[in-house]
Amino acid sequence: MLDFLSRFFGRESSSSKNVAKERLRLVLVHDRANVSPDLLTALKNDLINVISNYMEIDEKALEVSLDSSDNQVALIANIPVKKMKRAN
Amino acid sequence: MGEVIVVTSGKGGVGKTTTTANLGTGLAAASKKVCLVDADIGLRNLDVVLGLENRIVYDIVDVTTGVCRLRQALIKDKRFEGLHLLPAAQTKDKTAVNPEQMKELCEELRKEFDYVIIDCPAGIEQGFRNAIAGADRAIVVTTPEVSAVRDADRIIGLLEAADLREPKLIINRYRPKMVNRGDMMSIDDMNEILAIDLLGVVPEDEQVVVTTNKGETVVRDDKSLSGQAYRNITRRIMGENVPLMNLEEPSGLFSALRKMIGLK
Repeated sequence: MLDFLSRFFGRESSSSKNVAKERLRLVLVHDRANVSPDLLTALKNDLINVISNYMEIDEKALEVSLDSSDNQVALIANIPVKKMKRAN
Repeated sequence: MGEVIVVTSGKGGVGKTTTTANLGTGLAAASKKVCLVDADIGLRNLDVVLGLENRIVYDIVDVTTGVCRLRQALIKDKRFEGLHLLPAAQTKDKTAVNPEQMKELCEELRKEFDYVIIDCPAGIEQGFRNAIAGADRAIVVTTPEVSAVRDADRIIGLLEAADLREPKLIINRYRPKMVNRGDMMSIDDMNEILAIDLLGVVPEDEQVVVTTNKGETVVRDDKSLSGQAYRNITRRIMGENVPLMNLEEPSGLFSALRKMIGLK
């Protein structure tokens, strides 16, 4: 009931200003770090090359992005591993 | 020696010119000698906003190219003692003036005026570099919208890179009702994102359109909320410590209900 009332009075958690803030937060991380999409693509390719020496990864599913929290910027890479290479 | 302040924003249409006009009028009403400089060459507008469009003889490019003396190009506002305008050229483009010339111009103006306020064009190109060249401090105007805030952030970076440290923020067209229902970023949200000192918040107000239609400024309108906001900002520029005004409109049935069920 309270949930309904909240929505009725426009107080749901996914209010449009929260969406705006979240989008801005991310876009400003990129703007401030001066990172172009080209740079991220180049970084991605280098990562693939290096990691491929050690394991087989899903190149298509690989995600690289910048994120910020508490005034710090972090590079987040999500790299699904398909198969480990056998140790020689 | 007077102070040179540039009013900038990055994005167009957020209220730079309106802000410049109101601060100028407000400072003049407080018995300061003020010169407003329209640095938006090719897109002259400060003159119409101030209602001085019929009195232009020379412009800023005429001054920098030596066609006339600075004093000849300054338009005295007859309604407010101490308020002057140096209009932009309308038929030239932004490359007609360079940053060096702007610096010299500001140096000359500050000898005569308490405040020199420069209305910066939108964008980050030469027009922007011209406008900030001779400034001591900067005001960044933004609205609570993603595009305007993003551009403001970029401008803050560029100002700091140009050694204009600690720019001050004006949030324009603020709508408390939308903020209350979570559909507009709040003052706190904007402070958190942009992280610079707040100079003031101007609520969205139809009176701004009404006064501008007539070539007047809302800062002289005693009854309007936005006029009060501009008067407060004017006092803060002069160094006074003025608390943020209450922007809330009188509460209606809905907000009363909302309070009752604890949703504030």
